[in-house]
Amino acid sequence: MPARTADESSNRRISERGAQRDGQRFRHMEDLSLHILDVAENGISAGADLIKIAVEEDLRRDTLTITIEDNGRGMEPEFLAKVLDPFVTTRTTRKVGLGLSLFQQSAREAEGDLEIRSTPGQGTSVRAYMSHSHIDRKPMGNMAETVITLIEGNPDTDFVYNHIKDGRKFVLDTREIREELEEIPLNNPEVIRFLRENLIQGLNELNEP
Amino acid sequence: MPKISIQDLKKIKEKERARMVLREGEYRAKITVHMGTCGIAAGAREIMTYFRDRIGQENLTDVILTNSGCAGLCAKEPMITVELADAAPVKYVLLDKEKAQRIFDEHVLAGKPVEDYALARGSETRAT
Repeated sequence: MPARTADESSNRRISERGAQRDGQRFRHMEDLSLHILDVAENGISAGADLIKIAVEEDLRRDTLTITIEDNGRGMEPEFLAKVLDPFVTTRTTRKVGLGLSLFQQSAREAEGDLEIRSTPGQGTSVRAYMSHSHIDRKPMGNMAETVITLIEGNPDTDFVYNHIKDGRKFVLDTREIREELEEIPLNNPEVIRFLRENLIQGLNELNEP
Repeated sequence: MPKISIQDLKKIKEKERARMVLREGEYRAKITVHMGTCGIAAGAREIMTYFRDRIGQENLTDVILTNSGCAGLCAKEPMITVELADAAPVKYVLLDKEKAQRIFDEHVLAGKPVEDYALARGSETRAT
């Protein structure tokens, strides 16, 4: 349809202009792996020392579910009730907090939603679900980079990453690795290189036909 | 699925233990990538990947790469802070891979801050 093509190309022009005006790349959460990184970083800011990330892709039921659980300080019910409001934040350096509402928006665009459960003193759990095949579902993105960035950037926090795709399963648990490494820190470059290769290989196998 | 092999981890442990004895213990440089919502949306993870690759390629054992949250200057993301031992930290703003490359070569490796990309020069306490 010509009208739609014109629309699309004018949208593209606008976004190119936007990007140029910035002198930078276009700024947004391009994929789900960036949302996951963002929510996990929230958990670290909340003082968590254990963060569990679970991604479940069920192609038969056409669902994609992402859960990020932390054992940080949690939220009071009053705060929890308004945490998906884009103008809410715990930060004092900036007035507007956006991460969770952006993730919720992404889930809603793919026939899904995002839910948060939190208990003060115990932690927070964020669950996003969406239709796997929905045309507006954001791509998974690079989970290997997200997980390795979390481990390297926060070597005192433990991460458990579970990724299930149609029955196949990949698991990485830094608690086991930490125990084996003894005094060698998780952010040791040699350890990071090894874990990154393991992640890339594991996720490739998960995505094989 | 590739199971993390205990043997591989043991090998790394022994090798790195030997290296840590050689090393003086302290890090020579610390690179902090700001990883708030704003930073992530602006490409901070790619900047982190770039530095991780360079540290690996140069086989550096005395440079540490880490994360921090939002610094309150969201319009200037991606941002990093580079700290060399015995020198004042330098914050760099509006980064891309090319800028990251210059910062790594000139500041992290050669010890000379890249003023072109730094947040500010001098101190506001000395008004002129």
